[in-house]
Amino acid sequence: MMLTINGTDHPIPDDIRRTLLDFMREDLGLVGTKKGCDHGQCGACTVHVDGRRILSCLQLAATVPGAVTTIEGIVTEGDLHPMQAAFLEHDAYQCGYCTPGQIMSAIACVNEGHIRSDREIAEWMSGNLCRCAAYTQIRAAIRACTLQTAEAST
Amino acid sequence: MSRPILHRQGAPAAAESWIAGGTNLVDLMKLGIEQPAGLVDLGPRRATLSGIADADGGLTLGAMTTLAETERDLRIQRDYPAVHLALALAASPQIREMATLGGNLLQRTRCTYFRDGHSPCNKRAPGTGCSAIGGDDAALAILGTSENCMANYPGDLAVALVMLGADMSVEDRDGRRRRIAVQDLYRLPGATPNHETTLAHGDLITAIHLPVPTWTGQTYVKLRDRASYAFASASAAVALEFDGSKVSSARITIGGLATVPWRCAAAEGRLIGRVLDERTAMETGRACLAEATPSPTQDHKVELGARAVAKALVVASHMHFSIKAGHSDGP
Repeated sequence: MMLTINGTDHPIPDDIRRTLLDFMREDLGLVGTKKGCDHGQCGACTVHVDGRRILSCLQLAATVPGAVTTIEGIVTEGDLHPMQAAFLEHDAYQCGYCTPGQIMSAIACVNEGHIRSDREIAEWMSGNLCRCAAYTQIRAAIRACTLQTAEAST
Repeated sequence: MSRPILHRQGAPAAAESWIAGGTNLVDLMKLGIEQPAGLVDLGPRRATLSGIADADGGLTLGAMTTLAETERDLRIQRDYPAVHLALALAASPQIREMATLGGNLLQRTRCTYFRDGHSPCNKRAPGTGCSAIGGDDAALAILGTSENCMANYPGDLAVALVMLGADMSVEDRDGRRRRIAVQDLYRLPGATPNHETTLAHGDLITAIHLPVPTWTGQTYVKLRDRASYAFASASAAVALEFDGSKVSSARITIGGLATVPWRCAAAEGRLIGRVLDERTAMETGRACLAEATPSPTQDHKVELGARAVAKALVVASHMHFSIKAGHSDGP
């Protein structure tokens, strides 16, 4: 059994209790994904599986249902992902610990189309807590990234 | 604890467990509440156990369909708004992408004494007593409790499914299939709060069957302590049909406040033949809570439950009369 993370195949761990989060951080050195609560309540560990956002702390590495993309996997040829650039531009963080999870969730939020209003963005980003409370700037970054993407595609 | 084994096929042996989305099971394993000797991964069966199909005017939902996939289905959004809202207001977007319908129905209570792993708890350690009774019970049940347990059923989806009278297919460990009503899945705590459902070990929910959607007003109202991503303090699922201006059929189920999804059959009967104004809605809400047994620290929950029902009735009634007048908002 192999597990694909950011395009690379890895053998799954022997201990089936290993979460995807611990497997990536401790066994593979992929420390971009963060561990916050470790109980699915904070969203810091958000990654994508086949393009859908999931919590890697509640996902056993041995039962991942698809290909994983992490914050390390969204950079193309050294360029920041537009959502990363928007977070920088809008100061959408303070301590930065929740930021990789916020960005992975924000990318999914845009792809799902849940960006028609600030209220809708807030609802669909509610699985990601920010204890520095940078919520206003996070929503601004998502709005700006959405506009940029819309302009690029016209 | 020894390292559990993972199986990719077969049914779980004694002390083993199925695993689907894992959002509740993995959490409880970390807390030491669940200590399975082995897991049977349902991943290899995902292709056959997921998806949503038309079925004689209703819908069949594969039990491994995720909450998010179900929520995105246009038939669910159009014909089963109570189910759609119960899903859209559940958990967080990430958990809804992981969690499966079958697993969601079987999620365990969030009673803090059950989850702390050490307090006396008849559900976790039968015969040790209940720490919630006389303890911090503000988040716990006021309906369907016993002298042994007052843990509330935390889910949203089951409240909508019981309201609709949905049933489900269950496969036993030898592959034999049967159908049972979702309402009959849940057991009151009574003297054995550790026995939460009527399923036997190795049973697997394979599909949920939604009936033909005949209701013209249908909704789910969820009240909670914060604006999003919280369990229900109180919730209500309702479906209504009308004959002219009067109610001809009513179904009401309460969530968050009871040990099981709580059907309010007596209160439903009181609505038949009546015009549903706000006063009637509030009277019906109060009737739904008539059997509640709140402790002194739970008094507010009776009013909360009554208002959740009243709000749901008013919303469902408006839905009926606006569709009738051709003002449907549509999805």
